[in-house]
Amino acid sequence: MFRFVGDPVENMMGQERTDADIELLREKLGLNDPFFIQYKDFLIDAAHGDLGISFRQGRPVVDVLIERLPATLELAAVSAFLAIFLGVSLGVYTAINPKGWFTNIILTVSLIGVSLPTFLIGILLIYLFAVELGWLPSFGRGEVVEYGWWTTGLTSVSGIKAIILPALTLGLYQMTMIMRLVRSEMTEVLNSDFIRFARSRGLPEGKINFRHALKNTLVPVITVTGLQLGSIIAFAIITETVFQWPGLGLLFIDSVQFVDIPVMASYLMFISVMFVSINLIVDLLYAVIDPRLSISGTK
Amino acid sequence: MKKMIREFIESNFFYSFSRTPVAIGSFLTTTILILCALAAPILAPYSPYDPATLNLMNGFSAPLAPNSFTGDVFVFGADDQGRDILSTILFGMRISLFVGFSAVLFAMILGVTLGLVSAMVGGVVDAVIMRVADVQLSFPSILIAMLIFGIAKSITPPEMRNQMAIWVLIISIGLSDWVQFARVVRGSAMVELQKEYVEAAKLIGVSQFGISLRHVFPNVLPSVLVIATISLALAIISEATLSFLGVGAPPTQPSLGTLIRIGQGFLFSGEWWIIFFPSIALLLLALSVNLFGDWLRNTHNPNMGIK
Repeated sequence: MFRFVGDPVENMMGQERTDADIELLREKLGLNDPFFIQYKDFLIDAAHGDLGISFRQGRPVVDVLIERLPATLELAAVSAFLAIFLGVSLGVYTAINPKGWFTNIILTVSLIGVSLPTFLIGILLIYLFAVELGWLPSFGRGEVVEYGWWTTGLTSVSGIKAIILPALTLGLYQMTMIMRLVRSEMTEVLNSDFIRFARSRGLPEGKINFRHALKNTLVPVITVTGLQLGSIIAFAIITETVFQWPGLGLLFIDSVQFVDIPVMASYLMFISVMFVSINLIVDLLYAVIDPRLSISGTK
Repeated sequence: MKKMIREFIESNFFYSFSRTPVAIGSFLTTTILILCALAAPILAPYSPYDPATLNLMNGFSAPLAPNSFTGDVFVFGADDQGRDILSTILFGMRISLFVGFSAVLFAMILGVTLGLVSAMVGGVVDAVIMRVADVQLSFPSILIAMLIFGIAKSITPPEMRNQMAIWVLIISIGLSDWVQFARVVRGSAMVELQKEYVEAAKLIGVSQFGISLRHVFPNVLPSVLVIATISLALAIISEATLSFLGVGAPPTQPSLGTLIRIGQGFLFSGEWWIIFFPSIALLLLALSVNLFGDWLRNTHNPNMGIK
């Protein structure tokens, strides 16, 4: 693959280069080897934790990725928390009060939220809160504190202020998805016989809604939420570009624009690993939530 | 012809359509926007990509206010180079819609073909196609489109890039979106293949190719068209997103996404109209196509549920 995609050496060398320099660098990067040898080298190196050298930055890709990782994970975690917390509570609220005026507002806003492209939401929030009101910063991570190799913005006031807008933007789509799902599942459960039975036993409303109804809606909700968490990390590309958030997504976009193949390949590998592990965790969670599923294999 | 129109007006489909204000509204909005985009060369008050007609003095004209140097009036204002925003939106919408429609068409042809092949041939071919589809489905389509765009960009020679960009965009969005079609077509085709009319066709000696194209395909077409409408909204949004990120339509052929990208730079300096009107156009387009697609899906098959 490396040989089909342009000549990275051209990008790496400065103005003052000789043909000998080019040849030397090409040999050093292994770009003269046949395609399959290059692929074999890549696989062996990757298995040893060496993902190659970024064509653009001239540094090992692993270092570049690790430097950017905390920003993206922090952003993804905060927006996932927002999405799950707000999504579930709004979903429960709209299911319990299907005809209230507040429900109608939530549903209308959620429809617009699903139809709007993420970057437009980001720009809208920037315009409202950064340009007009001036409450929150529109780009960057704010003040960042280092703990070993991990950097965090969550311990400083400016860092927390900086994460609010990106996290809202990133989580909004997932929030509406979770909310709609919780709402439709919960409406179905609330109409089922065992809820009517619980009512006739005279159980308090809160107990019916949360102990009986919500618990039974959780399995499909966890499936979708799990899959959505993966896409939160992938969609961070867009949010990070809008807010110039120094994370992996911004790195990926830069690498696409500058044809930095090792970074692109490593980012995609990272995303794949994330997706697979999230799916695995979700599968394992089923057994915890619904004990019936864990014995299905043994009969 | 007259009979067909009457049948259409008396159908359940039309009845449901005429009783759903959302469906009528979204259909009308979509149609008007498409017509405006098609008629852009006639409707646009200026030709924004002809450097000869541009006047840099018109730069940053506010909406509806006469420019202080030239006295020209722009309905939606003008951008930094004195281009009329209304005209750039009309031409931009053309590109957005062109990319959207072409990408969906490409995805549809690819997906329907692979889905039919999968259902008819079965065995290893089916397994391979469906595994590829599974792998692709587990990634967000925007990521796949970006990846394909990145690779395509590096294969094409630099001097060709701007001309090729639109086609690369169409192919990358199309390739990221075929799975939906393939899965639905395969599922419905499998059901159709069990039916008696297929047996009958086989008995009179119609070839496999003939059966899939003449007999099975017309029966899966309605589902395909429903998915196509929903895909169109997604494709328009994907296109805008890619262009906004700078990996889509080039500045020489700006789509709505590119216009928003350009306008973002002026958000802080107070020229809000450069970003505001393209955003509204994109919002209207995406929302109306989306609402129409939603209604179509619910009417066609209420049990398809949320995706």
